[in-house]
Amino acid sequence: MTDAALPQSRRAPMREVTAWDRLKTNRNWLGFWFMVPAAAFLILFLAYPLGLGIWLSFTDTRIGRPGVFVGIENYEWVLGDSKFLDSVFNTLFYTTIASIAKFAIGLYLAILLNHHLPFKAMIRAIVLIPFIVPTVLSAIAFWWIFDPTFSIISWTLKEMGWRTTNINFLGDAWNARWSVIFANVWRGVPFIAITLLAGLQTVPPSLYEAATLDGATRWQMFRYITYPLLTPIIAVVMTFSVLFTFTDFQLIKVLTNGGPAGATELMATMSYNTAILGGKIGEGAAISTAMIPFLLGAIMISWFGLQRRKWQQGED
Amino acid sequence: MASVTIRDVRKAFGNVQIIHGVNIDIADGEFVVLVGPSGCGKSTLLRMLAGLENISAGEILIGDRVVNHVPPKERDIAMVFQNYALYPHMTVADNMAFSMSLRNAPKAEIKERVDKAAKILGLEKLLERYPKQLSGGQRQRVAMGRAIVRDPQVFLFDEPLSNLDAKLRVQMRTEIKELHQRLRTTTVYVTHDQIEAMTMADKIVVMHDGIVEQMGAPLELYDRPENLFVAGFIGSPAMNFIRGKLGSGGFMADGGFHLPVGAAPAGSDGKPVVYGLRPEHIRIDSAGVPAEVVVLEPTGSETQVVLRAGGQDIIAVFRERLTAKPGEMIPIAPSLPIAHLFDAETGKRLVA
Repeated sequence: MTDAALPQSRRAPMREVTAWDRLKTNRNWLGFWFMVPAAAFLILFLAYPLGLGIWLSFTDTRIGRPGVFVGIENYEWVLGDSKFLDSVFNTLFYTTIASIAKFAIGLYLAILLNHHLPFKAMIRAIVLIPFIVPTVLSAIAFWWIFDPTFSIISWTLKEMGWRTTNINFLGDAWNARWSVIFANVWRGVPFIAITLLAGLQTVPPSLYEAATLDGATRWQMFRYITYPLLTPIIAVVMTFSVLFTFTDFQLIKVLTNGGPAGATELMATMSYNTAILGGKIGEGAAISTAMIPFLLGAIMISWFGLQRRKWQQGED
Repeated sequence: MASVTIRDVRKAFGNVQIIHGVNIDIADGEFVVLVGPSGCGKSTLLRMLAGLENISAGEILIGDRVVNHVPPKERDIAMVFQNYALYPHMTVADNMAFSMSLRNAPKAEIKERVDKAAKILGLEKLLERYPKQLSGGQRQRVAMGRAIVRDPQVFLFDEPLSNLDAKLRVQMRTEIKELHQRLRTTTVYVTHDQIEAMTMADKIVVMHDGIVEQMGAPLELYDRPENLFVAGFIGSPAMNFIRGKLGSGGFMADGGFHLPVGAAPAGSDGKPVVYGLRPEHIRIDSAGVPAEVVVLEPTGSETQVVLRAGGQDIIAVFRERLTAKPGEMIPIAPSLPIAHLFDAETGKRLVA
């Protein structure tokens, strides 16, 4: 030991360690700087608009006129507006039905794709198509599919002799609601199917073999093995799905623009129509802000749903 | 409990045949180990027995019932998987109870059977835990518990110890053997580890490339290997194979030294043979063949030595401690009166 230490002492004396030297090698300091770009991005494009939106909902801002603080006046106005209450109903209906349908179809597709099918890779690619096409494009396609005169569905049904008249897809309140839900489901299924497929593939095949030996039927295997093992992924994917559906804007804007007579007006489109087209920024912001409790609720449900999975954690 | 009969069983995946007609008779209550290198078809054979793979040709009988087309759950077997295959979202108790609750067995009966299995395996305190919260050995025990609860005719084990560390493996080996001695359930156990096979089996089946090379009691396989494959596979360190010819003076190695043969097989003069010499059957004998010490590997209880004689490496194991150093010459001789001799062409054992 002493031998090794000797030559070192003959070298030039070491420089004093400055505060800067310490800072340079400090991992937390370095970590802080790595974090800054992402944080700046989030603050600038997420936190700031969110804060601004909430602030605007408490003002009487109009386009071209900065407003003043008016307390909860906008909310009082909005809650007294039957159109707003309709949009809440429409949004909840749209989200609930579309999410359930997307989940059911997505899960079914995922299970189907998890089996050995001929042309499996190709089918998986095809399933993804609705997800890849830009929303506006697919909305325009659906617009044609649901066209009052040129609808391919009406045409097919007439050719087959099942109907004599065209279906008024987007002109009737309930027809329009189901039509936009259909379009949303078509668009949302691939995301859920592919994510759940990824989840299914993490289930070790030996569990199914063990269950086979334990005497489980196919349904029992799904009920007692697949489904419980998939719940964490289902919770995440359905949270996202609900959030995306609840805040859906593009499909509705292009397909019906909220019509007919507000039958498909969602909170998101109503907020836009009020704030940007109607110029009433304060009221529009209040409608947007009113979505937050619903979204938080959805997040909380999945959060607490995830918390209870004790078997995933390793500790006692 | 039941016997198991495997009659001329074959398995092909597409055009590739991987099991070429296997015949095995397993008596009621017997502990049979299928052993062989990876890819020899032992696991496939076990999975065919379990019903997880279908049988391309031949018959498998459990008891006196042909089970070729009987679904797995009706074969009355229980299997322990290499990765345990415990249901991660169920507690230990639920894992063990799963097969019974699927059959809608009464709660009281389930509890009784689970408690009994837990007691046998010392799992009473772990019943409410999840598999993630258990150590490897405990998971292994739960997997066995799941099998015991079913009270099957036959236990199947598919390399159950290969995910455990060396020390635990030895301990679990003893536990499984003890369990079998207690329950006396017919057991088929697959492993690639010949020590596991030797220590646990009533009967070992050595498989290689989809055929049975030899079948018999562990010591029978050790003492009288039928061919070069079994000779090299059973025993550790592996048997030394010395190539040479038989002559009137015994065995003449290609490296130029003589070894005694005992009784030479008739009519084998000048025949090319392989002389099998187990490392533990080599002793130091001043009249023996001089061999150079290459490497010494003391393990404490014994010393393993790599020797070189006539240009060939020979591994020897001595119980006594050696003072020899690498580079020195020591004279060695076989310590058994009867040599293992194999036909150099067919690899078959030559009998005197």
